[in-house]
Amino acid sequence: MNQKLFFGAPPPNVDPARLCGKLIVIEGLDSSGRTTQVSLLSDWLEEQGNAVIQTGLKRSELVSESLEQAKKGNVLSPRTVSLFYATDFYDQLENRIIPSLKAGFVVIADRYIYTLMARDILRGADPEWLKILYSRAIIPDAVFFLNVDCNSLLDRTLQSRGKLDYWESGMDIGYAREWYDSFMIYQQNMRVEFRKLHKEFHFNVINANRSQRTIHNELKKKIELMLEK
Amino acid sequence: MKNEINGEEIKGKLIAVEGLDGSGKSTQVHLLYKWLLGNGYKVFFTEWNSSDLVKEATKKGKKRQLLTPTTFSLIHATDFTDRYERQILPMLKAGYIVLCDRYIFTSYARDQVRGCDPDWLRNIYRHVILPDIVFYFQLPLEVSLSRILDGRPALKYFEAGMDMNLSPDPYMSFRLFQGRVKEQYELMVEEFHFTVLQAELLILQQQEKMKEVVKSKINLSLYRKGVQ
Repeated sequence: MNQKLFFGAPPPNVDPARLCGKLIVIEGLDSSGRTTQVSLLSDWLEEQGNAVIQTGLKRSELVSESLEQAKKGNVLSPRTVSLFYATDFYDQLENRIIPSLKAGFVVIADRYIYTLMARDILRGADPEWLKILYSRAIIPDAVFFLNVDCNSLLDRTLQSRGKLDYWESGMDIGYAREWYDSFMIYQQNMRVEFRKLHKEFHFNVINANRSQRTIHNELKKKIELMLEK
Repeated sequence: MKNEINGEEIKGKLIAVEGLDGSGKSTQVHLLYKWLLGNGYKVFFTEWNSSDLVKEATKKGKKRQLLTPTTFSLIHATDFTDRYERQILPMLKAGYIVLCDRYIFTSYARDQVRGCDPDWLRNIYRHVILPDIVFYFQLPLEVSLSRILDGRPALKYFEAGMDMNLSPDPYMSFRLFQGRVKEQYELMVEEFHFTVLQAELLILQQQEKMKEVVKSKINLSLYRKGVQ
């Protein structure tokens, strides 16, 4: 019996008893190497014979397009954005994650409610409000947080994209006029928020300043143990 | 009811109309709006589910029947919050009378019927200012049903509550769904101090009654254009 637990009550019409798959969350700041690790894990798990499905943020059929548009215009208030992302999240939870868990898949989530909460808290949302908002979510079987220091993040971002992103630099918050300054302050503050979330939700923190291979091997070991249970 | 936010006094007044489809509330709030406007008051009107940005997603979700009770509730909350923060709250702070065709109580009623947890729902809207007046159009269920159903219109999937599997027949489903929504409204009358309008009056009489209530609860002279 592998009954999934929810942070609060499950959403209407969802029977927790029938969710026999596994939900693995990879969390981390932007450019922490999440996406690479998700794809390595996904390949590896499939080689082992597990059916795997990936999810992430802003991928719902329902609102991802509108959300993308709204982000471009930068015209929504922070609370509206919070709710928009929450809609996107629950759409994927109920239409993708839950059906996959029912069918016994391993679901790998490239970020989960934690990134959403940290981002919103920096933009003035009340943590208690957010916690209740996301209380219908499934508690993952494991949350791995890829921990990278701020300077490496900056390097990785600049190397891979050649420029800073408006949102990832927190420019909408108005910390600083310079993108560089804003990026450093924003990412530092995100780390602080994640540290608080880690205390509360008990992440499995992975030192991600190392090579992709090393990180992958460590994740594999931990996930193997988890799947044996 | 509070008329300040974070210690800041809200000068404007908020009036909402609530009730079942076919209860006449939209007609009445429109007439009220015209009356206030025509008499030179600062007034603003907004309706449920009308924010430009969210509209498209909502339409898509409804058309493709993608919505669950949770996402149905959240997409309307997104829409509401967009209008609330962009229009309703600034208008109230600027000293306008704001008229809302449906307010958070619509979500409380419908989404609770769809199985959403009441505390979860109320958390979503907990920052929202409560109206100075909520007119609740309390028709006998059969009257509002027949106003909608007599023409045998093509009922929309969610409008008819088809997502709840109450009945495979859309008309029967609509009846059952509306009945349950009405129950939820009735439960809120006291808690949120609804002004109940037993709505079988003629349109003209009903409107007179609303004006009386508005005049008795709001010092309209403060809301004339040009008055600071």
